[in-house]
Amino acid sequence: MTVDRRAFLKGAATGGSAAALASVTAPGEAGAFARPSKPRPTQALGLLYDSTLCVGCKACVAGCKDANDMPVERSRDQESWNSMVTPEQRNQVVRQVGDTQPIWDTPKSLSGSTLNIIKAYVHGRAEVKDRAEDGFAFIKRQCLHCNDPSCVSACPVSAMTKDPDTGIVNHHVDRCIGCRYCVWACPFNIPRFDYDSAFGKLRKCELCDHRLAEGELPGCVATCPTGATLFGRVDDLEAEARRRIALKPGDTYRYPRGDINRRFGPYTPPHEKVVQAAYQPEVYGDRLLGGTQTLYVSAVPFDKLGLPHGPHIPDRMYATETEAVQHTLYRGMILPAVVLTALILIARRNVDRHHTEAEED
Amino acid sequence: MAPNGQHSTYVQADDLDACVDLFGRLKRRDFLKFCTGVAVTLGLSPALGARIAKAATSPARPTVFWLSGQACTGCTETLLRSHHPTVDTLILDMISLDYHETLAAGSGEQAEIFKDQSMKRNWGEYVLVVDGSIPTKDGGIYCQVAGHPFVDDVRHAAEGAAAIIAMGSCSAWGGIPSADPNPTEAKSAQDVLPGKTVINIPGCPPSPYNFLSTVLYLLTFGKPPELDAQNRPRFAYGRLIHENCERRPHFDAGRFALEFGDAGHRQGWCLYKLGCKGPETYANCPAIGFNDAGFGAWPVGTGHPCFGCTEKGIGFTKPMHAMAEVLTVTPPNLFPRVAEPKGQGVTPAAAALAAGVVGLGVGAGAVLTSRLGKDVPPDEAAFEPPHYTEKPDNQ
Repeated sequence: MTVDRRAFLKGAATGGSAAALASVTAPGEAGAFARPSKPRPTQALGLLYDSTLCVGCKACVAGCKDANDMPVERSRDQESWNSMVTPEQRNQVVRQVGDTQPIWDTPKSLSGSTLNIIKAYVHGRAEVKDRAEDGFAFIKRQCLHCNDPSCVSACPVSAMTKDPDTGIVNHHVDRCIGCRYCVWACPFNIPRFDYDSAFGKLRKCELCDHRLAEGELPGCVATCPTGATLFGRVDDLEAEARRRIALKPGDTYRYPRGDINRRFGPYTPPHEKVVQAAYQPEVYGDRLLGGTQTLYVSAVPFDKLGLPHGPHIPDRMYATETEAVQHTLYRGMILPAVVLTALILIARRNVDRHHTEAEED
Repeated sequence: MAPNGQHSTYVQADDLDACVDLFGRLKRRDFLKFCTGVAVTLGLSPALGARIAKAATSPARPTVFWLSGQACTGCTETLLRSHHPTVDTLILDMISLDYHETLAAGSGEQAEIFKDQSMKRNWGEYVLVVDGSIPTKDGGIYCQVAGHPFVDDVRHAAEGAAAIIAMGSCSAWGGIPSADPNPTEAKSAQDVLPGKTVINIPGCPPSPYNFLSTVLYLLTFGKPPELDAQNRPRFAYGRLIHENCERRPHFDAGRFALEFGDAGHRQGWCLYKLGCKGPETYANCPAIGFNDAGFGAWPVGTGHPCFGCTEKGIGFTKPMHAMAEVLTVTPPNLFPRVAEPKGQGVTPAAAALAAGVVGLGVGAGAVLTSRLGKDVPPDEAAFEPPHYTEKPDNQ
């Protein structure tokens, strides 16, 4: 009997997983297996964040919370310095710090209550802005609204959708089953689940499409004083970004603010500024991972700002490969049918032998 | 006080040049500047200054009755300290102040008779200003003027008023007299005048310009300015003190005075931890200051925490040094790092445990597959968990 079992295990292993293994190892070969990338919609809307213009005022963080009605946030380790007495505790002398309310909104990263955050790159003595060595720089993190989003590919219930016109990646809370596949799938680590709640919801930036519908700019753009966050048609933003990276330190440039196409929100005149630090010779978001609708320009290398960047990052979204694997494995449900048949055969063989053994006894 | 007694001869509304005589020390240019300033205070276009000037010099000076209840006269004092216009210009040339217990030239029965006559003459057209709270216990006998309860005076005067203004915290929401234990059951003007629109100008005392601007708005447009949920003019009470405070950068940077006279207090740091109620109090104090004394002439500017006099439930209610509830929570001047450290990574023990669990799962799956369909006795089929080889010491 033991010998039979070994033989059977061998058979099962070779039969069932050979096809799967072959499929999984295939994409290693320069993505020959991958499906083609999806292009950016021609009228796609997005943002251009210029790290050299950002003054770190965090008006966009407050503006985003205001526009999306998000709660304030405080980590456990901030309670000692970020707390106030609630009205109920007003007359109590002894109190638990953990029961107090925050006086500042202090998110550490994106979360179920924070869709947009300004982070700081700090190196050494942090003397000069927009310098990698002994300098500092700011980076705005929010959904990049990928041209070919992984979250949309990974979502099993179509709760994540990409608008065919504006290209905005929406999350439909009423469809979401809370599986958090999108959290794992996103290479930019954007969708976040509210783990603090028993019935937590997933939230991500939706480019304030509820404000766009009323002709208003997204909360973060409307409040940005320097135009570091610029809104508009992504193709126009990309052209603007290319003009900027061609600038040299000492050049004067008129930086637009608000909507580069002047369609949304009140008109804000451009402002002139002398370029201080040399831009990185690249627009982030034009090609990496299939391209995104949030573009970045910066004087500090993008990988230092926490964006996936480098020779190991491909020009197409990972979903192009995972989708190809999945769609091959499940094409026509043939392979699942084969595996099921194999399992049934194994079971039948065991049953037959058992009967034989019983008869022999 | 009016020059040459000319205040009784009124000019045509269009003829602003003729106003010069009417304004005593105030030159025409200065007067127009004042009216433009009022327009800006109200959040209106400066171009409306001329229209306000016309309204202010209109021959039909509106009659104003000022009734004082349980008050400290602080609201009158604040009015006396307004400099543009001076109070004489206001009460002799811009409005017809027909009754005010502190400022009236006459007194006693003379004043009361004049008040009754004027009230009858201007019934339905005058502006009623109430300062001081209104006692209601025992029929309101704890504050009586000319022998009748103040609450009756207010109710009677309100019947014929075109507009009612509650000047100061006491008449706007109760103020000091209504503080616990409130022995006289002091109430606000709105509380004793249900169904009437009372424009509240709270403050202890309020800025005179919030009052003057509201009066001039009424004269110019014939309706109250935009009001908030507590009937306070939005132009003056639309924003938290916290939002306009000159010490706000210290709040955002986490620099707080911890006691009076300490190093932070002398540096002008934020007074939040001394109990400043700015984060939950709506008023324009930091924006316009007091007494035309220049920058910093308001409580927080002089180093004392705001005590929330314009807010019911905060001023005279919440302890002076109890911390305020921050109504608009925004980020501080701190930044999270690009890579914020979280947790401690995978420890070897955790990795070993995870590997063991995965191995167990694979083994169990294999055994289960091999036994598919087999009819084996339950005890034989049961998965045997790994057990410790060490035996317990039997001593």
